[in-house]
Amino acid sequence: MKRFIGFIKKEFYHIFRDRRSLFILFGMPIAQILLFGFAITNEINNVDIAILDHSKDTTTEEIINKIAASKYFSIKQMVTREADIASVFQKGQVKAVLNFEKDFSKNLIKDHKATIQIITDATDPNTANTITNYISAILQQYQKELNKDITIAYQIIPQTRMVYNPELKSVYMFVPGVMTIILMLVSAMMTSISITREKELGTMEILLVSPLKPFQVIIGKVFPYIFLSIINAVVIVMLSIFIFNMPVQGSLFLLGLESVLFIITSLALGILISTISATQQTAMMISLMGLMLPVILLSGFIFPISSMPMPLQIISNIIPAKWFIIILKAIMLKGVGLQFIWKETLILLGMTVFFIALSVKKYKIRLE
Amino acid sequence: MGISISNISKSYKNVKALQDISFDVKPNELFGLIGPDGAGKTTLFRILTTLLFPDEGTATVAGFNVVGDYKEIRKNVGYMPGKFSLYQDLTVEENLNFFATIFGTTIDENYDLIKDIYVQIEPFKDRRAGKLSGGMKQKLALSCALIHKPKVLFLDEPTTGVDPVSRKEFWEMLKRLQQKGITILVSTPYMDEAALCDRVALIQDGKILEIDTPEAIVKHYPKPIYNVRANNMYQLIISLKDYEFNHSVYPFGEFVHYTDSRTDFNPKELRHYLETKNLSDIEIQETEATIEDTFMELAK
Repeated sequence: MKRFIGFIKKEFYHIFRDRRSLFILFGMPIAQILLFGFAITNEINNVDIAILDHSKDTTTEEIINKIAASKYFSIKQMVTREADIASVFQKGQVKAVLNFEKDFSKNLIKDHKATIQIITDATDPNTANTITNYISAILQQYQKELNKDITIAYQIIPQTRMVYNPELKSVYMFVPGVMTIILMLVSAMMTSISITREKELGTMEILLVSPLKPFQVIIGKVFPYIFLSIINAVVIVMLSIFIFNMPVQGSLFLLGLESVLFIITSLALGILISTISATQQTAMMISLMGLMLPVILLSGFIFPISSMPMPLQIISNIIPAKWFIIILKAIMLKGVGLQFIWKETLILLGMTVFFIALSVKKYKIRLE
Repeated sequence: MGISISNISKSYKNVKALQDISFDVKPNELFGLIGPDGAGKTTLFRILTTLLFPDEGTATVAGFNVVGDYKEIRKNVGYMPGKFSLYQDLTVEENLNFFATIFGTTIDENYDLIKDIYVQIEPFKDRRAGKLSGGMKQKLALSCALIHKPKVLFLDEPTTGVDPVSRKEFWEMLKRLQQKGITILVSTPYMDEAALCDRVALIQDGKILEIDTPEAIVKHYPKPIYNVRANNMYQLIISLKDYEFNHSVYPFGEFVHYTDSRTDFNPKELRHYLETKNLSDIEIQETEATIEDTFMELAK
C-alpha cells in the first residue's frame, strides 16, 4: 500500500509540474462549455432581413411590425425593386427577404387570399429552414388574430408542447455532449499519454524491473485522472447550472455515479491505447482520431442518430459516449431515476469490463 | 549468488543479437562486458533483468531463473539502463524517495550503502533531475539503482557521455560497492575501463570473443607490439598499411600500434622503410599490448 501511495504521489508531481497539460486539463472544459454555450448555437437571434413591400398598406405594415417586434429578426433595409433582391443577398447583408405582392390588403379582403414570398439565403440550410419556420409562425399567428371573430366549420388545431426543453435552448443539448467529450479526452488521452511517456523515457524499463506489480503501475497511473476527471465533471455541471441555467431534474448523486462509471470506461480505453502505442505522439493521435471524432459524429451529440443511415446507426452502438449522452440527458433533463436508464448503464458497465480485461491481457510485463 | 548464463541466443527479425552466449559471473565479482555499440550488450542485460525472453538457452541471476522466477529477480537486482531513465521533472530527492518507496524501503534504511555517492549530489537535492549534469545524473541513477540494497547490480554503459574525471570517480565507487558484497555486471564501450574489472568478456556481433582477467587477456596477445611515431601521423598510417609485412596498424593516441607478420622482425628495417617514405622524427619502441589491441586482434 505504501508503494502504491508513493506511486500516486509521483503521478501528482508529474501532473502539477507540467503546466501545459494542467492548462489543457482545466482550461479546456471551461473554454468548450462557454464556446458551445454562447457561440455555437442552433438558435436564431436578431437575424437581419430585408423587406420588399409592393403594396405598402395597413396589413403589410402590421405584419412588418410584428416581425420587427420579435426578438428573432431585425429589419435591416427596405428594398424597392425585385432586381435588387439578388444584390442584397450577394452582399451578404441579410439572410432573408420578404416580398409582399401588390395590393396585398385589397386581395386579402376581396379574394380572401394574399401572397407573401419568403426568400432565404440557403448557403446555411439549417438557418434558412429555421428562418422560414419562424416567419411562417408569425404569419399564422397574425392570421389567427384576423380570423378570431369568424368561426370556421371544420378546424384542426394542433397543440404543440415541447417537453424537457420548452425554450428549445441548444445549450441543453450541448452540455451533455461537451461533458462527454471532455471526460473522454481527459481520461483516455491523458492516461494513455502518461503511460506511453514512461515507455518513451525509458522509466517503464525500471518500473518493470521493480517489485511493483503491473496492476499497481496501471492503477497508480489512472487514479489521479479519476480524481481530476471528477473535478472536471463538477466544474462542467456547475457552469451549466449557474451560467446557462441548465436544470438538473434528476438526482445529482446518480449523475455523479454515472459520470464516475463513464470516467472509468474512458480510462480503460486510455490504458488500452497505451498498450498498443509506443510513443506519446501515437497515443495522442489514436486518442484524438479514434475517440474524439466518433464521439462528436456518431454519439448523437450533434447529429441525431435516428436520421443516420442504418450501418452508422449500428456502429453508433459500440460507442460508449452514445450511451453516456442518453444517460446524461435522461438524468439532467427528464429527471428520471435508475429504473429508466439501467439498460444504458449496464451496457456502459459491460464495455468497461471488456476494455479493462482486454488491456490487462495486452499489458506487457516485459519489453516485447 | 552470481550470474550464470548458458547458451543464450536472441534474434530480432533478421538480426542475430546474441549467438550462443555462455559465461558465469562469480558472486561478488566486478565483471565487465566490453564491446562496441550494437554488439548485443543491452540485449543481454535485458534478458538478465527479465525484460526480454531469450530465444534459446537459460540463465540464472542470484540463483533465480530469468524466465520462471522473474518476480524474485525483480526484487533482488538493481538495474541502470543505458539511457538516463529517471523522472526529469522530479527533484533529486523525490526520485530517490520514489525508488526507495516502490522497493518497500526508505532512504534512511540503506543510506550507508549510497552515502559515498549521494553526498556528492546531496547539495543539489532540490534540483530537478533533468537539470543535472551528465556525471551527476549517473550518480543519481546509481543511487536509485542501489537504494534497495540489491544482490546483483546491472549497469548498462553507465559512463557513456560522462566526462573523464566523473568516469574515474564512478569506477572508484563501483570498487567500493563490490567490497560491500554486491555482484556487479557492467558494460562499456571504453576499453580502458576494462582494466578496472576483475574479469572481462569481450563481445562483438553477439558473440563472446574471450573471457578472462584483463591481465591475462593482455598477456595472451600473440605478437610483440610496437609504438611508432613520426612527424606526419596521416602519412605514417598510410605508409605502415602499405608495408608488405604489416600484420596490424591501429592509431592509438599519439602513437600507432604496429605488429609485424614476421617472427624475426627488426625495427631497423621498418625505420629504413619509413625514411624512404619521407617521414622524419621516427620513433619505434616495443610496448605492452592493451585490451584494445587484443580486441582488435580478436575481432579481425
